[in-house]
Amino acid sequence: MGRPGLAVLDSNGRGFVGELMRRAFLIAVPYVWLLALFLVPFFIVLKISLSDTALAIPPYTPTLDLSQGWSGITEFFSQLDFENFVWLTEDDLYWKAYLSSVKIALIATIFTLIFGYPIAYGMARAPEEWRPTLMMLIILPFWTSFLIRVYAWMGILSNEGYLNQFLLWIGVISTPLTILNTNTAVYIGIVYTYLPFMILPIYSALERMDESLIEAAEDLGCSRIQAFWLVTIPLSRPGIIAGCFLVMIPVIGEFVIPSLLGGSGTLMIGKVLWEEFFSNRDWPVASAVAVVLLLILVVPIVLFQRNQQKQTEAEQ
Amino acid sequence: MTSDVFTPWDDPQAKPLIQFKNVTKRFGGFTAIDNLSLDIFEREFFALLGPSGCGKTTMMRMLAGFETPTEGHIILSGQDIDPIPPNKRAVNMMFQSYALFPHLSIWENIAFGLRRDKMPKRDLEDRVEEMLRLTRLEQFARRKPHQISGGQRQRVALARSLAKAPKLLLLDEPLGALDKKLRQDTQFELMDIQEKTGTTFVIVTHDQEEAMTVASRVAVMDQGQLKQVATPDRIYENPNSVYVADFIGDVNIIEGRATAQGDETYQINWAEGQTPLTATSATDLSNGQGCHLAIRPEKVTISADRPADAVNAIQGKVHDIAYLGNLSTYYVELANGTIIKAQSANTRRISRRSFTWEDPVWLSWTATAAVLLAN
Ligand SMILES: Nc1ncnc2c1ncn2[C@@H]1O[C@H](COP(=O)(O)OP(=O)(O)OP(=O)(O)O)[C@@H](O)[C@H]1O
Ligand SMILES: [Mg+2]
Repeated sequence: MGRPGLAVLDSNGRGFVGELMRRAFLIAVPYVWLLALFLVPFFIVLKISLSDTALAIPPYTPTLDLSQGWSGITEFFSQLDFENFVWLTEDDLYWKAYLSSVKIALIATIFTLIFGYPIAYGMARAPEEWRPTLMMLIILPFWTSFLIRVYAWMGILSNEGYLNQFLLWIGVISTPLTILNTNTAVYIGIVYTYLPFMILPIYSALERMDESLIEAAEDLGCSRIQAFWLVTIPLSRPGIIAGCFLVMIPVIGEFVIPSLLGGSGTLMIGKVLWEEFFSNRDWPVASAVAVVLLLILVVPIVLFQRNQQKQTEAEQ
Repeated sequence: MTSDVFTPWDDPQAKPLIQFKNVTKRFGGFTAIDNLSLDIFEREFFALLGPSGCGKTTMMRMLAGFETPTEGHIILSGQDIDPIPPNKRAVNMMFQSYALFPHLSIWENIAFGLRRDKMPKRDLEDRVEEMLRLTRLEQFARRKPHQISGGQRQRVALARSLAKAPKLLLLDEPLGALDKKLRQDTQFELMDIQEKTGTTFVIVTHDQEEAMTVASRVAVMDQGQLKQVATPDRIYENPNSVYVADFIGDVNIIEGRATAQGDETYQINWAEGQTPLTATSATDLSNGQGCHLAIRPEKVTISADRPADAVNAIQGKVHDIAYLGNLSTYYVELANGTIIKAQSANTRRISRRSFTWEDPVWLSWTATAAVLLAN
């Protein structure tokens, strides 16, 4: 393994200082990005979560008053406390909501995998000239608004919806099924919405796989099914892991699907967060909920990054 | 025929292990294998030789079960193998692309096939260790395929296909990525394994020297057809066509017209103003029939003066000399511009060699040295 940086330096014959600046710039870009789009908003939310509610605009105190000088800053920091986080542990609504979100996300991810894997497999085994079209079909739903698509599911799943009408018509059921406003509807909505995020990484792993590996496995005595379990599945594992995280991480904080398709029994932290912000106008507690949610998500995000990194290393 | 010489192909009683019966394989409109019939016998070391794209891999894939013949049948130990899936055939293949499992260590790659046979743990470990030793991969057992070199990967692929001790082993260019020394060692290793296990080998190679070294018989292919199937010495000494003569080894080809001149002896008129050449041939040629003479460079003697008793002698001057270490090849240009290659052993030091550029020389060979091929 060579050192690409040095090679560039030599072959381009570029000045050493110029090269250093170019590298510093390349390194700086992602950090500035991270700072602007993640760390700054995060600290704003963290700050609000340490504040108290107030009938004001914005609806919390303290606010930083720089005109007071140094005393203003110390005053500001002395008023921050962890009260809201303590509150989260006292009312069992919150941890139940977190737990329920994680549970719903896990189950939904498993379902998405069950539906997504065969689709990805089929795409990767399809004749080469069809693959771009199939890929297009997978991405196509993104061209319409997410909200409209979820509303469409309400039309399908409601008691008078197309699904019930169809089932009544073919005579499978005699009274309409209640699907809308239950967890079932939430699962359907999540699987439908997040399926492409599962399919695409698995597809890319499967498509890269060398067909002759399956032949080698068969040659060495595997049946088709054994070859699938022993070769195809392990080789698509990075894709499976990536897909699962890509689905699970956003689903834990999902708000639109549970509030439109779920019922009163559907407890998800995204919904709680929304209610704290907009119904209760309790920004500090809502922010505390958001901070804890982020901390919960850090674990799978770190694991996801690890997986991606291992994969790129293996490819080199 | 003495019984200790291994020549089952000459024995009408012998039962072939593999029979290709009028096998044709088409990919769409393209014919990769064209009405090919071939018998391969048990314990043979059979080499397939031919230019790129002539259908060697396709033949192997049909034997392994990854392709089915479009027409015709393949018989393995008396049984038509068309309906038998690859995992049920007592055939193992070493893939041209190696096809090592990237998620498994070298050790696990070699053990893969043995595990499918539910081999007891102790036997399995012993067998894998034996294979590792054989291919000199002991230090790399724990590595993954992407952590070893190309030649090492090739040896893993070889070890993996050998591990199951199959009845028939298909090797698709097994030694291409090895250096000469290791290649020769492995060739002898392969012959040794073959001797010990009695496995039948079919090997594809681009290296004719390798085919000559290891094979009991060689098949020269071109565009999905067999040009000649024979023992290495017959292929070399008695090629049945200009194509085979040209493909195997170095050769001078002289085109001319034959005139019968007694028993199996022909006179070949080949160029204006040149004395006719004399050659023998067991096949009959009609008078005036177009023909080719194929003469190996090492059978052409180069000398300063016309040899007194030579049947065929022509004069030319040295155009170029290729020094190969143990041998030198002289490119001699004749009066009409034809170049004839003559090879001689360098028994003396190079500074003392007899001929140099532009020297006038005589080339001579006997009547039986050249192979006469009718058009
Ligand atoms: N799956 C396929 N579809 C279409 N054509 C094919 C297919 N497999 C092989 N061919 C064609 O059949 C011919 C023979 O291929 P094959 O792989 O047997 O060649 P080969 O003799 O092994 O060549 P090489 O020495 O380069 O490995 C080639 O012209 C190839 O393009
Ligand atoms: Mg090939």
